[in-house]
This record gives sequence, C-alpha cells and structure tokens, in this order.
Amino acid sequence: MTEEISPMTEAESPLVEASTTPDATLAASDVVLEAVGVTKRFGAVVALRGIDMQLRRGEVLGLVGDNGAGKSTLVKILCGFHPPDTGKIYVEGKEVSFRSVADARGFGIETVYQDLALVPQLTVAQNLFLNREITLFGKVGWLSAGKMRRLAKKYLEDIKVEIPDIDAEAESLSGGQRQAIAVARATRQNAKILLLDEPLAAMGARESALIVDLVKDLSRNRGVSMIVIDHNYTHLFELCDRINVIQQGRIALDQQVKDTSVEELTKFMVSEYRRELAAGQQLLEQ
Amino acid sequence: MARATASDNETPQNPVPKGPGSVAYRLVQRAMQQRELTVVLVTLFVIIYFGIANSAFFTTANIITVCQYLASIAVIAFGEVLILSLGEIDLSAGAVYLSSPWFMYLFWTHGMPIGWAIVAAMVCSAGVGMINGLITVWLNVSSLIVTLAVNYVLFGFVLIESNDIQVDMPGQTGHFSIIFGVGAWSTTLWAAAMMLAIWALLKRTRFGLHVTATGGNLLAAAESGIRVRRVKVWCFIIISAASGLIGILDAIRIGSINPGSSGLDTVLPGIVAAVVGGTALTGGRGTIVGAALGAIFLGVLEDGFNLIGVNANWFYLAEGVMILVAMVANTQLGTVARRFRR
Repeated sequence: MTEEISPMTEAESPLVEASTTPDATLAASDVVLEAVGVTKRFGAVVALRGIDMQLRRGEVLGLVGDNGAGKSTLVKILCGFHPPDTGKIYVEGKEVSFRSVADARGFGIETVYQDLALVPQLTVAQNLFLNREITLFGKVGWLSAGKMRRLAKKYLEDIKVEIPDIDAEAESLSGGQRQAIAVARATRQNAKILLLDEPLAAMGARESALIVDLVKDLSRNRGVSMIVIDHNYTHLFELCDRINVIQQGRIALDQQVKDTSVEELTKFMVSEYRRELAAGQQLLEQ
Repeated sequence: MARATASDNETPQNPVPKGPGSVAYRLVQRAMQQRELTVVLVTLFVIIYFGIANSAFFTTANIITVCQYLASIAVIAFGEVLILSLGEIDLSAGAVYLSSPWFMYLFWTHGMPIGWAIVAAMVCSAGVGMINGLITVWLNVSSLIVTLAVNYVLFGFVLIESNDIQVDMPGQTGHFSIIFGVGAWSTTLWAAAMMLAIWALLKRTRFGLHVTATGGNLLAAAESGIRVRRVKVWCFIIISAASGLIGILDAIRIGSINPGSSGLDTVLPGIVAAVVGGTALTGGRGTIVGAALGAIFLGVLEDGFNLIGVNANWFYLAEGVMILVAMVANTQLGTVARRFRR
C-alpha cells in the first residue's frame, strides 16, 4: 500500500522491465482480452499506472504482486466492477466499456470466488443454476427441478467433476468441490474468460488436483481463458501457462511459465522489493 | 455411512441393508434428516399430554377454538419464514394484523362498500410492507428497527382512529361473512390455503429459491444477478398482505374491531412458531411446514393451559419454559441430526 501513496514512484518509470509480449507472432484474433494503458486512481492513491496486458484463447495467465500492487484493482476493472480512469479494454479485438459486472458477464467474463460464489444452503444443482433456473409457466417461475438435476449431473460429468451427490447442500462439500462447482457454474453459463481469485487457497493435495485438472481441462479442451491471482508461486506454476508480475500499478514482468522458475520469480520480486526500499530510503533522506 | 445416506434418498427401493437393524435404522435416519423433527415431537407431546390431562381437549368445539386461535399466529409465522429466510425480521406484522381492520373501517365509514373497503385495506397493508422493505433495503436501516418503528406507528394510528374504543364489524351476514371468517373453519382454511401458497412459493418457484439464496449468501446471490433488494421488498409486502388479510378475517369472525394492544404480542408468537419449527434466525433456512407445526404447538399450549386451569399468574411462566424446552431440544437434536445428514 505504502509504495502507491509515495509520490516519487510516478517518476521512476525506468524501473519497469518489460511489458512487451514475448509471442508477438500470435495472430491478434487469438487475444480474447486485452488491456491497453489502463490507469486507475482512488483519491490520492494511484492503483494502476498504465497496464498493458493480453490474455489469449485457452490460456491460463497468472497475476502476482504484493498486496496493494494493483492486481485486485486490475481484476475488478476487467470484471466490470470498477471503470478504468483512462486506457482501453478489448474483448475479442473489439473495444468495450463495462458499466457493471453484469455488463462484463454479457461479454463472457466471469469472476469466481471460492466461498462467495455458492449459497451454502442450496444443493449442488440449485447452485449450478442459480439465477439461470429452468422454469415452467414462464412468469410464474415454477422450478423444473428434475430437469435441472439431470442437466447439472450431465454437465459435471462432461467436465469430469466428481460430486457424489447432486442433491447435497453446498455446505457439506469440501473446499475443492465448492471451488469446482463455482468454476463449473461460470463455464456452464457460457463464461469464456474466468477470473479466479486464489483458487487453490487452503486446499490439500487431492483437493488442489481436482481444481488443477479442471482448469487444465477447461483451457485445453474448451478454450476457456483464465486469469488467476495468487500469492503462492507453486500454485501459479501448477496452474498457469504465463505469469505477469504487477508492481506499483504496472506489469513489471511477463514470462511464459516454461521459460522461468519459482526461484527466478522469487529473485525478481526480492530485487524489486530491495530497489523500492532503497528508493524509499532515498526519499526519506532528502 | 455418509455416502450411503445420499444414495438412499435417491433410490428408496434399493433393498440393500446399510446399517444395524437396517429398516428400523433407516427409518430413524430418514426421521433425523427432517428439520421439523423436534417440533413434531414437542407438538405431539403437548397434544398427548393435554389430551390425557383433560377430556375436553379432543372435542370438536375445543379443536375449533385452538384452530381459530392459531390461524393468525400461523399466517404471521408463514410470512416470517420468508422474512427470516432472507436474514431479516419483521416486527410489524402483528400491528398490520391489528390495524388492517381499522383501515377497512376507515374506508367503510367514508362510504366505500364493505368489499372494496377490504380490498383497500389489503392494499394499505401491502403498502406498509413495501415501506418496511424499501426503508430496509434502500436506506440501509436494520429491518428490526424499521419494523419496530412501523409497529408503533401503526399502533398509534389504531389508537387515534379508534379513540381506544371497540367498534362493531360492519356487514356481518350472508355467505360473504361465512366464507370470510364467520364460518367455524373459515380462518383455519384460509390459513391452510396461505400455507400451501407460501410453501409453493418458497420451495417450488424461482422466487423462493432466490429468497433462500439471498438469505443464505447475500453476496453470492447479488453476484449471480439476483435482484436481492427487490426480493426482500416483495417478501415484506407478502408478509404484510397476509397479516392484513388474516387480521380482517379475524375481525369478521369476532364481529368487532378492537384497538388491541401493541402488535408485538401478536407478532412474537408468529416468530416463535417459525423458529421453533426449524427456521433459522440467521437466514437461508426456512420451513413452512415447521412454522405450521410451531403454531399448532403454541396454540395447543395456550389452549391446554386454559383447559387444565393453570393459574393465570403462572401462565406466561409455563409458556416461556415450554418454548425454551422446545428450542433447546431443537438445537440439541440438530447436533445429533447433522451426523445423519452428512
């Protein structure tokens, strides 16, 4: 948080290493979501100083950065929660401006929160169809429960999510199962781009495997693109194809996972941190 | 065992024994899975107890008395199930119940035919609910306070309108009044109809699912695009309209309109009935059947104490203790039941 309030950071642009994409050869149509020069400020606090980011079809992109580096702000802009101050957002090459989360959802962009997403007292099937219920008699909204159960079961089988009981209340499921249901709901409702916030947080190895498999399956076989925010590098390396490091409201590093390692990323983050610290000290001395 | 529970529900015809004493065990298991189990047990207990203690208990006349007494509690309880499922509370339903006949009387004395006066009073009642809902969701005031304040406002209206004097109910003859309250089973049947309607609304429609979702996880519900504020306002309208209707029916049944006391004495039994029945105060879980049983429990209790001649001074003490016993049994059985549910 502190580094954002510091007024001098505005002037230290040379610190930023690289924001050009390494695979410039890819066709433009493969970019499903793009942010160009996105800035955002909350009063005196500058959260984003010009983000250039691209997400390709079927790609899993990891976002890392310290608390307050701006990654949550970026995600909130991408999902339509905040409008950007300046800069442009493109979906499938077309410029868009989201007025609301529902607006972004209309473009197939959906955020998945682990525990926020499900209603604990509703069943798996009811959660999967939440606010997209199948009903009879139009306006009356009489639920077609049997049909929803069947479709929910089939869909979960299709994406290979094993839930022992479709009528179980979400409350009785494990964290991994809940996360899987949340992701399944988003994709079932035609989300093409998923924003995942710490999808593997507080999960055991078997639970994690469930989600990793689901994420891989959705991205490879169904062309769903995903942005994953996580503090945990191991999680990110398990899930992602590419990683962007956000620092002080900018993309400071853009690397394919296969070209880097947890060690390298850690080293980069530490050196950046040292540099900030030094800059801060300098400021204090002046 | 946990997995077995699930598959048992889906295929009851499956004859494979799954535990000690298989059939009996599964019966117990099925029973334990019902959230209404406690209220069924305590209600059965009080019915049997008073049935044995006083021979007048099982007479038709007495059963009608009990039903007439509990109809209003039950209807308010059904409304509260919706409201509590949302994670809100409505303390004004009792005042709406008491004031709606006065609204009707006001319109009637100003020359409206009685039928239209009733309709107008219903609209007023629904309007009170809408005001409750709108203040709660748009001005972000706790529904507890909003509805408590509205409760007093309505009580004040009744006192001003009535000068604290009871009046005769107009239009007390004919088929009309028999259907609308005078018939011995009229209010009971109306309450039963409202039970069916609100049960279907909560458990079988999209709206009801959204009520549960809103109360169970407000953020998730809003995130999924459910218009949670609208859902809440509608529930406040429904409880007020239902309370207003049963208020008018009761006034027609009794034949007079009473200033009554503060509506809290009327609404709190409704809330108790809902909660004793298994509806959570915290939202997300509501059972209409439980609320009906809770109302029967309270009705039988009140009637039974009268029958066996409990000293009036002891009445509230006994009633309070019984409610406590029912609620403690509820939570304790709930802990045991959870083991069967998982």
